[in-house]
Amino acid sequence: MDFQTAVFYFLSAILVFASLRVITARNPVHAALHLILAFFTCGGIWALLQAEFLAIAIILVYVGAVMVLFLFVVMMLDINIDRIRQGFWNYLPLGALLGLLMALEMSLVLGSKYFQIPAAEAMVPAGVSNTKSIGALMFTDFVYPFELASIILLVGMIAAIVLTYRGPKKSKYTNPNEQVFVKASDRVRVLQMPVEKD
Amino acid sequence: MDALMNFGTGIFGGAWPAVWTLIKIVLIVAPLMLGVAYLTYFERKVIGYMQVRIGPNRVGPWGLIQPIADGLKLLLKEIIVPTTASKGIFIIAPMLAIAPALAAWAVVPFTDSLVVANIDASLLYIMAITSMGVYGIILSGWASNSKYAFLGAMRSAAQMVSYEISMGFSLICVLMVSNSLNLVDIVNVQDQGRFAGWGLSFLSWNWLPLFPMFIVYLISGTAELNRAPFDVAEGESEIVAGFHVEYSGMAFALFFLAEYANMILVAALTSLLFLGGWLSPVGFLPDGILWLFIKMSAILFLFLWFRATFPRYRYDQLMRLGWKVFLPICLIWLVVVGVWMMSPLNIWK
Repeated sequence: MDFQTAVFYFLSAILVFASLRVITARNPVHAALHLILAFFTCGGIWALLQAEFLAIAIILVYVGAVMVLFLFVVMMLDINIDRIRQGFWNYLPLGALLGLLMALEMSLVLGSKYFQIPAAEAMVPAGVSNTKSIGALMFTDFVYPFELASIILLVGMIAAIVLTYRGPKKSKYTNPNEQVFVKASDRVRVLQMPVEKD
Repeated sequence: MDALMNFGTGIFGGAWPAVWTLIKIVLIVAPLMLGVAYLTYFERKVIGYMQVRIGPNRVGPWGLIQPIADGLKLLLKEIIVPTTASKGIFIIAPMLAIAPALAAWAVVPFTDSLVVANIDASLLYIMAITSMGVYGIILSGWASNSKYAFLGAMRSAAQMVSYEISMGFSLICVLMVSNSLNLVDIVNVQDQGRFAGWGLSFLSWNWLPLFPMFIVYLISGTAELNRAPFDVAEGESEIVAGFHVEYSGMAFALFFLAEYANMILVAALTSLLFLGGWLSPVGFLPDGILWLFIKMSAILFLFLWFRATFPRYRYDQLMRLGWKVFLPICLIWLVVVGVWMMSPLNIWK
């Protein structure tokens, strides 16, 4: 077993363990932390496959931004674990069906022709920048899917705002714009008055 | 150098490359830690003089041994774990704070050849690694099981995520004009241009054509570091000490070390990206690592100067500055730079 294979098995073991802990951990914060570990390890495996741009992107986007906000929400939740476990057996058939469907989809993707390239052919020749080649492909061959994906994301963002917006807020609040542009003459009046003498 | 390599291979055999990398890591981390120690001394002295005080002057000549004494004190102090704390995470959090602060230095170049790992996507690597520093803060706040610590952690996480965006955009402008993600290339590109040809290379550096981005990066960097005037995460008068209020001894010291190591990192990055790194400002002086250190020291002095000068931002004004001022400036300047590069006036060819 060469060094790369050993690293691969090491990272895979951590990845499988972390993913299992995501769904078995009792404390939701611990589950979120294991998800972060899973993403990070996944980045390591991609780096091993010489996909350094993807590896860094998953850490920058998912670990550095998405999971921070996720952890934020999870920490604020007041979760009662007993109540979550209540409907376990009722939901099991539906959940199992969905899980099976996802496993089927994954096997279809992994069985497609793009994943059948032998490792020797997939080797990146030295001096080719991963980032540059992805950028070139994204803005030439895959420009329409790329733009489509960005529009779907935009729609998702607007939908989230529309769904959670509950009309103008009635609470009192200060307008920072006004506060920043305030001048001394708006707040303080300097009066001229003659000196009082006895 | 070759003799050293042969000597190492003779002793360690096949393991020599790993050992050599370890030696290089020690050669970077040890001066960095010393730099951190004396940055705290420098900070206390500078702020002292700005406030018409003398600063530390009791331990050693001119108080020069003070940081060592402080470090020793922190090492010997007891680490108290609160009874209701989440113990594992409470212990891991300071490690998560300091690990990214040190790991980012792996790709920081000091000259053309003096760098531990000269990788293609080094700028992306630094952005990715430094974005993980926020976990140390959030987790310490959560694991302490204390209101003040939790509030501090929430504030600082929101702040870091917001300012990372404008920071990222200013970096995108830099990598557009340098056509590379490699820090060595980014510095070398700044040595070209009309002014560099005239021997005035400091006018060719990125700070002049990307001036708004330079300012945005410097201020976002200060905010990202949770330094005054953006230190709402540890606003003493509002939430005691913020996220590390329950920490003592070496666990507290790790947060402290991480903050100062990050300060030095941001200073190094600003020098490399906008101020020409190791390039000499004028043609008749040679380039060298000394220039990088001079630029870093100047920026570190700026950070200390900010702290002694500005009152703390209020939290909502801080968020407004990030989202409503810096983000639009970045988006507009991104388009301006793009159009500039496509026009006949392009100066980066």
